[in-house]
Amino acid sequence: MSVAGLIRMGDNTLVLGQRVSEWCGHAPALEEDIALANTALDLIGQTQLWLGLAAEREGAGRTADTLAYHRDAWDFRNLLLVEQPNRDFGVTMMRQFLFDAWHLEALTALSAHDDAEIAAIAQKSVKEVTYHRERSSDTVIALGDGTDESRARMQGALDRLWPYVGEMFSADDDDLTDVSALKPAVFTYLETILAEATLTRPDSDFAHMGGKTGARHTEHLGHMLATMQVLPRSYPDATW
Amino acid sequence: MVTTRASVDEVWGWLAAVPDPEIPVISLVDLGIIRDVQWRGDTLEVTVTPTYSGCPATSIINFEIEAALLANGIENLSLKRQIAPPWTTDWMTDTGKAKLERYGIAPPQAAGGPARCPHCQSVRVEKISQFGSTPCKAQWRCTDCLEPFDYFKCI
Repeated sequence: MSVAGLIRMGDNTLVLGQRVSEWCGHAPALEEDIALANTALDLIGQTQLWLGLAAEREGAGRTADTLAYHRDAWDFRNLLLVEQPNRDFGVTMMRQFLFDAWHLEALTALSAHDDAEIAAIAQKSVKEVTYHRERSSDTVIALGDGTDESRARMQGALDRLWPYVGEMFSADDDDLTDVSALKPAVFTYLETILAEATLTRPDSDFAHMGGKTGARHTEHLGHMLATMQVLPRSYPDATW
Repeated sequence: MVTTRASVDEVWGWLAAVPDPEIPVISLVDLGIIRDVQWRGDTLEVTVTPTYSGCPATSIINFEIEAALLANGIENLSLKRQIAPPWTTDWMTDTGKAKLERYGIAPPQAAGGPARCPHCQSVRVEKISQFGSTPCKAQWRCTDCLEPFDYFKCI
């Protein structure tokens, strides 16, 4: 039964894609605005593949759109990290960097999955996420190893988001791959980039849990979904 | 019954005349997204692969394919989406790459950056942003003629 695992992958890309798209028209520079919008677009495209396959496998007549727009917060199975609010540009880029580091390793593992359809989506996504990770890493380095102000904000962003990193490696049978096995490679990458960015990784390994199991999302998810879902919920048959 | 079914080669020829909706100087065949054309009984099956999974041009591309084939008398058409193997810029034809450069878009290079400025051919170029006006392009600038230009990313 792979439906639950597919929904996890699709909910991560959906929720982060929606969050990143909130920057559209508001980013600090035109180039950043375009880059954020393009990243969001890739993530929403990947969502259509993951949730599309989940709906098909479930065989209950739902579609990727039904899954995206007609579930409530407690039905979502995304990581807590991706539902965290954008706050400033530094927090947004640190969240992206932490997720990209995990996402690329997860997709690389899934590219060799026994299930050909899962492997195909992962192979397609790897190409896009390679660019995401390159860009978020460059930005974390530039701002971390930047001015006193930018460095302080990036360290603050890292400290704020660090408690959401551990959940990415908490494994259970619903996952499409053993995510706990990704930790050494992801941490090696994170440490390399953070060192170059002159940022200090927090010592604590405390981790908030409950996003990928749906047991306890943060308060932010419901507010985000209210905005994302209002149109199809208010006008369920609307087409455009 | 007289069969007037178009040959697969003819269909490829028609598709080679369908422009990409975002970059109309190159065709869908130049772009390398048409993966297969074959007849299955009375139905023509065209296999298309998306460039980027979120590319908004995908649905327009499907519409353009349908319109072009219908105009050539194809009535039973099945469009098949294939995502594996994933699209790569290696599938772009050399003609397509040359057309891109003439249009002012630096074609993809294995080295990961443009070989030269598509406007003045200077090799002194710098990256502005890894993301450009569409998911498939990055923004670069020539440090000689100072013109910004799009670079078609290598994936």
